[in-house]
Amino acid sequence: MLSRAANNLYWMSRHIERAENTARVLDVTYRMSLLPYRTPDQSWADPWAVPLVINGLATSYYERFTGALTSERVLRFMALDPTNPSSIYSCIQSARENARTVRGAITSEMYEDINGLWLEIKDRSHESVVARGISEFFDWVKMRSHQFRGVTFGTMLRDEAYQFIRLGTFMERADNTARILDVKYHTLLPSVADVGGAVDYYQWGALLRSVSAFDSYRKVYRDAITPMRVAELLILREDVPRSLHACTKEIYEILRGLCDASSREPERLAGELNAQLRYGRTEQVFTAGLHEYLMGVLDRLSALSDEIDRHFLVPVYSQQQAQSAAAVR
Amino acid sequence: MGRKPVSPSHPGEPPHHTKADRRDAYEPALVQRLLEGKEYGPRRTGKPMNRRAFYNEMYGADGDVRSHYAPYARWLDEQTVEHLQQKQREADTLYTRLGITFAVYGDETGVERAIPFDIIPRIMQPGAWKKINDGACQRLRALNAFLKDIYHGQDIIRAGVIPAEQVLGNKIYRPEMRGFDVPGDVYVHVAGVDVVQTGAEEFYVLEDNLRTPSGVSYMLENRRMMMRLFPELFSRMPVAPVDHYTDRLLDNLRSVAPAGVMNPTVVVLTPGSYNSAYFEHAYLALQMGVELVEGQDLFVADNTAYMRTTRGPQRVDVIYRRVDDEFLDPLAFRPDSILGVPGLFAAYRAGRVTLANAIGTGVADDKSTYAYVPEMIRFYLGEEPILQNVPTWQLRKAEDREHVLAHLPELVVKEVQGSGGYGMLVGPAASRNEIEAFRGRIRHNPDNYIAQPTLALSTCPTFFATGIAGRHVDLRPYVLTGKTVSVVPGALTRVALREGSLVVNSSQGGGTKDTWVLEE
Repeated sequence: MLSRAANNLYWMSRHIERAENTARVLDVTYRMSLLPYRTPDQSWADPWAVPLVINGLATSYYERFTGALTSERVLRFMALDPTNPSSIYSCIQSARENARTVRGAITSEMYEDINGLWLEIKDRSHESVVARGISEFFDWVKMRSHQFRGVTFGTMLRDEAYQFIRLGTFMERADNTARILDVKYHTLLPSVADVGGAVDYYQWGALLRSVSAFDSYRKVYRDAITPMRVAELLILREDVPRSLHACTKEIYEILRGLCDASSREPERLAGELNAQLRYGRTEQVFTAGLHEYLMGVLDRLSALSDEIDRHFLVPVYSQQQAQSAAAVR
Repeated sequence: MGRKPVSPSHPGEPPHHTKADRRDAYEPALVQRLLEGKEYGPRRTGKPMNRRAFYNEMYGADGDVRSHYAPYARWLDEQTVEHLQQKQREADTLYTRLGITFAVYGDETGVERAIPFDIIPRIMQPGAWKKINDGACQRLRALNAFLKDIYHGQDIIRAGVIPAEQVLGNKIYRPEMRGFDVPGDVYVHVAGVDVVQTGAEEFYVLEDNLRTPSGVSYMLENRRMMMRLFPELFSRMPVAPVDHYTDRLLDNLRSVAPAGVMNPTVVVLTPGSYNSAYFEHAYLALQMGVELVEGQDLFVADNTAYMRTTRGPQRVDVIYRRVDDEFLDPLAFRPDSILGVPGLFAAYRAGRVTLANAIGTGVADDKSTYAYVPEMIRFYLGEEPILQNVPTWQLRKAEDREHVLAHLPELVVKEVQGSGGYGMLVGPAASRNEIEAFRGRIRHNPDNYIAQPTLALSTCPTFFATGIAGRHVDLRPYVLTGKTVSVVPGALTRVALREGSLVVNSSQGGGTKDTWVLEE
């Protein structure tokens, strides 16, 4: 298929997944902010900094707003602000624009669904969202994302286009899970005494909820929440659908189907990353340091993303490749 | 209102499409209401307006339904207003939801808008259609011959039939095309010939669109919509099918592939999703089962065009391009174009890729060249034109200009290069100020304009929330040229929804109708 079409499909699903994950992060932040514990002098400890930091948006936030970080502004900025390219609004807009450009490659149900999503969010205002309860909005975004994935799963021909859509979903999800986990690094606890305390417990609990893994944790461990186990669950377990292991396994399998003799590198990188997670141990994660470990995963994901671009989505050909293509005919 | 409720279609009833139907066809009450212009409203007294001035395609001057409309009129009378209103709403919703849209230039409010669709079909008799079919094909045979000639021997200029400056002095004559043999001698693979009707079998060609004519997706989608909304009508009337348009287009495109290519790869080249006709480009690509590409998806190496695919470069043999000449290749034409493909023109001239339509066809559909088409038909084909031209004044000629400037309020003035209803003056509908402003523009650059008499365009009954009323229509059949020249039996009917308006372009408040050509 056309590289540009594959690129549009890949980014369509990445943007939907990103909108969902942003809703998840904002939701968990909102829950955390309701906890009694706050320190007025430590802005990085403010949970409202988290959505900005993990999306790399702190600078653009401060360019936009002066003065203190407030929940109201962060929500405004991250939910419906059309000037912020990472807001939920902008992600849905981009997803729909991508879908529109390649509507011949997706089913009409998919287009109707994503077009409807866009028309609905376009009609929402920050005030109306706040009035109806911010959590209702986040749930709506999550459910619409589930719905679009469901429509895709239920209607689309299992062709190359479908594989690029799934590739986008899992690349984005892996990236987001790593970033959400890294939140713990940014939400510094004020003192060692707090580690393992009530605040710590709530924070890990909220984090699990944000990736819909709280109940899974209870089922798997039937025990208290500890950082080691949360890390194991969200990094190393194959059966947790948003874990890094599960995501990279999907990525590897999709790429095994997509790669051919001329494009082995994306498959190799995906396989390498998947092997690291598949055979990794929790101790290694904590010996390396959780933050460092996650940064390593994010770097590898980014390298993989570059290879996917180079081989499939925005290819640059050499003269030789063009000639060999001509010879094939 | 005393209308009968909707009755189910009559199973076993033979289709009514013979002259004999005429007599029993019609219950005149509806006719009377229609002629009064406002259906379902209070009855007016006095004479209906415009009754003699315009040819009404459904009703004769005596108020009788014309025979080819009789089965439809009978069906219409069985429907309740509510039913028709509901069908109209259903059509509007479907068109919006399916995203069958067009973009309006200069409209800041949004990228797309659904094109208004009218649920009352325009019905054409086999005889009238044959004339249009034959006349349009004849024009295209002559126009293709003309294009070949002006880029080769220029016999028609040497014979004095058309002045050299009209062709060679034209800004859009492409000297780059001289001496180049296009595959199969086909320059115009797809043409949209705009025709208006002024009487029972009286047709005039308004213009020949030979560059990248659009609208055929509406012809196809309108038919699908009518079959979805009113399936019973198709069992009552022998409507000729149009669905094979895209198959025929694909066959034709494959037939003009570069020599030696066995299984040619065809693509549709679009300027992108912000183009007003993007929906159509995507639609045609999908219907033909070929890739829809943008300039950035293609590249040229060793005079061969390739598209960038997820499996590496793939050679492209025929490009159905919906990008204008000057944007096609920044190395050959406008260097600032980002829509084109560097090196494409060289690959084309090397015979390694075919472009449809060919480059340089605009010189033949220029509104000032248009005046010479009847002469072309006589010169190249030795035939008399089947369809008439509208008398045209060339404002670059002094005597024509004097006449036009003295009669502006009665005439239609168009830009030579204009399209889409932009930049034209409809004298009878224009205000004094608009006319004076236009007069200034003509004086400033007379070569840029032609003028024509205001034609009495036929009207067709059109559905409105307030009732059914006559609106002016035109007709665009699509002429396909490959190894043969043909037209599928159907066309895009555009309707000027504003009362009294003669401008049918969608950008100017026009809508569309399904066009039914009855089979003999």
